[in-house]
Amino acid sequence: MKRSRVGSWIAIIVGALYFLVPLIGTFEFSLRLRRGEYSFEAYQIVLADPRFQASFAYSTVLALATIVVGVLLVLPTAYWIQLRLPRLRPIVEFITLLPLVIPAIVLVFGYLRIYNSSSWLPMTGSERATDVLLMCSYVTLALPYMYRAIETGLRAIDVRTLTEAAESLGASWPTIMFRVIFPNVRVAVLSGAFLTFAIVIGEFTMASLLDRPAFGPYLQLIGANRAYEPAALAIIAFIVTWACMGLIQVFGRGARGSTPDTR
Amino acid sequence: MQIAARASFGARTGLDRMSWAWVGVAPFFLFALMFLILPTGFLFVGSFQDADGNFTLNNIANLFQPSIVSAYWISLKVSAYSAIGGAIIGFFLAYAAVLGGLPSWIRPTLMTFSGVASNFAGVPLAFAFLATLGRTGLVTALLVRFFDFNIYSTGFNLLTMMGLTLTYIYFQIPLMVLILAPALDGLKREWREAASILGASGWQFWLYVALPVLLPGLLGATLLLFANAFGAIATAYALTGSSLNIITILLYAQIRGDVLHDQNLGYALALGMILITGLSNAAYIWLRMRSERWLR
Repeated sequence: MKRSRVGSWIAIIVGALYFLVPLIGTFEFSLRLRRGEYSFEAYQIVLADPRFQASFAYSTVLALATIVVGVLLVLPTAYWIQLRLPRLRPIVEFITLLPLVIPAIVLVFGYLRIYNSSSWLPMTGSERATDVLLMCSYVTLALPYMYRAIETGLRAIDVRTLTEAAESLGASWPTIMFRVIFPNVRVAVLSGAFLTFAIVIGEFTMASLLDRPAFGPYLQLIGANRAYEPAALAIIAFIVTWACMGLIQVFGRGARGSTPDTR
Repeated sequence: MQIAARASFGARTGLDRMSWAWVGVAPFFLFALMFLILPTGFLFVGSFQDADGNFTLNNIANLFQPSIVSAYWISLKVSAYSAIGGAIIGFFLAYAAVLGGLPSWIRPTLMTFSGVASNFAGVPLAFAFLATLGRTGLVTALLVRFFDFNIYSTGFNLLTMMGLTLTYIYFQIPLMVLILAPALDGLKREWREAASILGASGWQFWLYVALPVLLPGLLGATLLLFANAFGAIATAYALTGSSLNIITILLYAQIRGDVLHDQNLGYALALGMILITGLSNAAYIWLRMRSERWLR
C-alpha cells in the first residue's frame, strides 16, 4: 500500500513538472527583454501595441457574437429535440460531433471554395461578409461544446412540465424560451459560453485563411518577428484561458447549490 | 410560435403535427448543411473530378507521390507518438489522482489544471515551448549552466518532429486525464474486494479484471488524442514555420497559394485527412460503446 502511494506521488510530480516548467520558462523568458536585468518591458511593449489592442478587441467582439449566435442556434434546437422530437436526438448529436471529426483547416477550405466572391453566396466578397463567415466558422467550431453544455443543462430540468405550465398560463413561444427555459439553464449556457470564448479568442487557422485581423494571426506574426514579446503574449493568453476555465468552475459551483430551488 | 401552432392544430392528425414540429429544428439543420455538410461534400466531389469537372480517380492516385506521402507519414507519426505518450502519462496521472490514495485536494486541482492546459494550445503553446526548450530557453540554459549539458549538442532540436511531439504532449496529457478520470471512477470497489477474496494479488487484479474493463476506453481515448493532434496546425506552424512538412501545413500552403499546382489534388489532400480522422473517431465511438457496458 505504501509503495503504491509513492508511485502516485511520483506520477503527480512528473505531471506537475510537465505542466509548470514550460509556464515558468515562458514567464522567465518574457522578463529578459532588457539585457542583464528582469523587467516587464516586453509586456509594456505588447500592451501598448495598437495592433495588439485592435486584434484583441476584434477577437473579443467576434467571440461574443459567436456566443450569442451559438446559444440562439443551439438552445431552441436542444429544447425542441427534448420536448417534441426525441427521435432526432442521435442525428443532431452526430452533427454536433462533426466539427471534432473534420479538422478546422478542412472546413475553412470548403468555405473558401463554396462562398468565394464569384459564388452564389459571396461571403468573402466584402470585409463585413467575411466577418460573418468567420463568426459562423466559430459557431461551428464551438458547436460540440455548446451543444453538450446546453443539453446537460436541459436534461437536469423538467422541460415538459415547465413548458406546459407556461403554456397554460398563456405564455407565447419567445416568453417560454427566454423567460422560462433560459433562466433555468443559465449556468449551462454560461459554461458553454466561457469555453467558446477560450476557443475563439486565440484561434489561428480560420482567421488566418479568411484573412481577418484577429488575435491568433497577430500572435503568429509577432512570433515570427520578435524574440521576447511572444513569451509575454503566451503568458497573457494563458491568463485568459485560466480566467475562462475558472469562471466555469465558479458558476458551476453556484449551479450545484441552486439545483434544489429549480426543481 | 410552434407552441401556439401545436395548440391550435391539436385537433389535426399526428402526421400534420409532425410536419410542424420539423420547423423548430430547421435553422439548426440549415446551419449544419451550410457550414458542415456542403463544404465537406464540395471537397469530396472535387476530389473525384479533374479540372474540367469530369470524373477521375487521378487525384487519389496522385496523393501517392513522395512529398505528399511523407507529409502524411510525419503527421501520422507525430499524432501517434504524442497520443501514446500523452495516454500513458495521462493514465498514470489520472490513476494516481483517482485511486492513488492521495490527499483529497489533489483530484480537483488536477482536473482544473487539466481543463486549462487542454485548452492552452495553438500559437501561445508554441511560444511557451520555444521559451523553455528553444536554443536560449530556460531549461536549455539551466542544463548548460548546472550540468554543462547542452541538449542541442545531442542532436535535439525543438523545431523537428521530436520537438513537435513533446509540445503536443502538453495538451494531450490533460485531455487524457479529463477523459479517463470518470472511467476510473467506474472501477467498482467490489470487484477489487471480490478478486482479493478469491486470492488474487494486486497485479492479478489489474491484469485480469481492471485492464480488460478499462482497455476499450483506454484505446478509444488514445484514438481521440490521435485525431486531435492530426488536425492541429497552429502550434506546428508557429513553432516551425513551414520547415516541418506535416500534412496540415502542406494543406495550409495549398489553400494560400496552390503549391501543388492542382486544385483538385488539394481537395483529395483534405479528403485523405477527413478519412483518417473519421476512421479514428469511428473506432473511438465503437470502443466507447464497448467500455460503457461495464462502466456504469
